[in-house]
Amino acid sequence: MTVLAIAEHRRGDLRDASFELITAGRDLADSIGGDLHVAVIGGEVGAFADELDREGVDAIHTVAEGEEFNHDVYTQAVEALYDEVAPDVLLMPNTVNGLDYAPAVANGLSLPLVTDAIDVDYGDTLDVTREMYGSKVETVVEVDADRVAISIRPGEWPPAEGTGDADVREFDVDIDESAVRSTVTGFQEVGGGDVDITDAEVLVSVGRGIEEEENIALVEELADTLGATLSSSRPIVDNGWLPKNRQVGQSGKVVTPEVYIAIGISGAVQHVAGMKGAETIVAINTDSSAPIYDLADYGIVDDLFEVVPALIEAFGGDPPDV
Amino acid sequence: MKVLIAVAEVAEVEDDFEIDGLAIDDRYLNYDLNEWDDYAVEAGVQIQEAGDDVEVVSVTIGPERADETIRMALAKGVDRSIRVWDDELESVDYLDSETKADVLAAVVEEEQPDLVLTGVQSDDTAFGATGVSLADEIGFEWAAVVNHLEYEPGSETASVHRELEGGVEELTDVELPAVLTIQTGINEPRYASLRGIRQAQSKEIAPKTLDELGLDASVTESAVTLTQLYEPETESDATLFEGGPDEEASQLADLLRDKGVVEG
Ligand SMILES: Cc1cc2nc3c(=O)[nH]c(=O)nc-3n(C[C@H](O)[C@H](O)[C@H](O)COP(=O)(O)OP(=O)(O)OC[C@H]3O[C@@H](n4cnc5c(N)ncnc54)[C@H](O)[C@@H]3O)c2cc1C
Repeated sequence: MTVLAIAEHRRGDLRDASFELITAGRDLADSIGGDLHVAVIGGEVGAFADELDREGVDAIHTVAEGEEFNHDVYTQAVEALYDEVAPDVLLMPNTVNGLDYAPAVANGLSLPLVTDAIDVDYGDTLDVTREMYGSKVETVVEVDADRVAISIRPGEWPPAEGTGDADVREFDVDIDESAVRSTVTGFQEVGGGDVDITDAEVLVSVGRGIEEEENIALVEELADTLGATLSSSRPIVDNGWLPKNRQVGQSGKVVTPEVYIAIGISGAVQHVAGMKGAETIVAINTDSSAPIYDLADYGIVDDLFEVVPALIEAFGGDPPDV
Repeated sequence: MKVLIAVAEVAEVEDDFEIDGLAIDDRYLNYDLNEWDDYAVEAGVQIQEAGDDVEVVSVTIGPERADETIRMALAKGVDRSIRVWDDELESVDYLDSETKADVLAAVVEEEQPDLVLTGVQSDDTAFGATGVSLADEIGFEWAAVVNHLEYEPGSETASVHRELEGGVEELTDVELPAVLTIQTGINEPRYASLRGIRQAQSKEIAPKTLDELGLDASVTESAVTLTQLYEPETESDATLFEGGPDEEASQLADLLRDKGVVEG
């Protein structure tokens, strides 16, 4: 029984997901008594291999092809490694790059694919836990196959620590250049601008519960009253109601304020990725089962259109009519 | 040229709901166009508007009920639609991305589009895999999580931005034919105009069965079965303020004063 986990890096650094994959992979390998192999493709593979050599890793395969992620190269490299290592479980990260190559690899290798796993249990059967309907329900899916590909959700497993003594092997793969039909030409930072929400000690953050652009004035007034900075979940930015530099989350900013007031925000996993480090989290949401309450320290299960004006008034402010 | 857009109808769950076996009781579900697909439709219609002779076709895997959602896409400018459903598909509780990709591949085979657009994920199952699985299945190039698209109708390359984590975008050139999975925020989806809604009534929604697409029931076979569906145990240890908006706000105000957020 072998598990093969594919590390991820960007612009010279291994990403946290790589070390989380090692933990998940080791757990899985242990549950059936097997080996954990890790592969790293592209960039400074030698240095990456040293860093990936954490406790519990049996072998590390380095594939020196390209500097940055290119899904055409990754797909070919992972498929070739799969043939070499013959793993029972192929683990990939459910990151944006994972979304860009894991399904192609699974399809190319005719492996069943379960994405965005939050738990994996290998008992009599291989059971993968994942969420549905915006985290309102959890599901368990059973995989009835000898070999399987699973992509795991970032942030669900602790990163592997300790130093290992893995066997590091260079793996040569003949990349078929004619099958490389996408070219990564660069990177661009977005979301700069006037305000840096990562500096704020208090964030008043607004989500889709606010309903209309005009209503943003209400939370703006609250932020002013509290001397706080205004931030938001993604749909607010998608709608063009606030600029991109205000977005908290996986693709926005990671913030660690002392107080984070989430107003009309459900707490989707990609949002939570950006604010779970806040010291005190307050949620105002009509839905008591919204996932934001799993993190919140304080909550008001009520209509924001009544609570926010009352809060502004409690500090002597004058709530706008919305 | 032809753009094919995969459009899903997804179920949204009400705040309070009950589970019936391995599904949420239908009473608590509302069906709507998948959020991500709304942006994919807009991206397709914008390409159509930018060129002559661009046909935009949508494809949906779903029951007749989905026609209502499909009409919304037609009202926004999609030229015609295909909806794939039959008893075989109906009998599967859990359509995994492999099955969806296989069905969509058969439609691609028939339609021969130059560009396929899908959403990054569908709101309900959130597999996030259908678009890229499809691309691999049909030998198209692809890009996932596209939040910026530059494409001249008829051209052989699309320049895209892929939205990575932490406010970084990857700039990538993709050769056509290609599948792009579209991220929210890439554009501003239009509202359907009254005229569009009227016109949509006369546009085609062609129903297809697996058989008509040259597929048999084996396409629905899957190694992945749903065995449990439950409400996660609440991990919440939040202190809830109660007593009506004024009372709740006043308790929160006290807390914020205690924390030193506001003085006095
Ligand atoms: C690749 C990828 C990256 C993403 N990156 C990000 C990211 O960086 N940041 C991000 O935020 N999202 C991100 N998302 C989107 C994420 O999945 C969610 O769609 C989004 O976070 C939902 O935002 P929301 O909570 O504001 O809206 P919803 O989920 O719609 O929640 C609205 C909430 O408001 C409540 N509500 C409604 N009316 C009221 C009222 N009157 N009073 C009080 N409460 C009310 C509802 O009960 C609900 O809980 C990403 C998604 C993907 C696929």
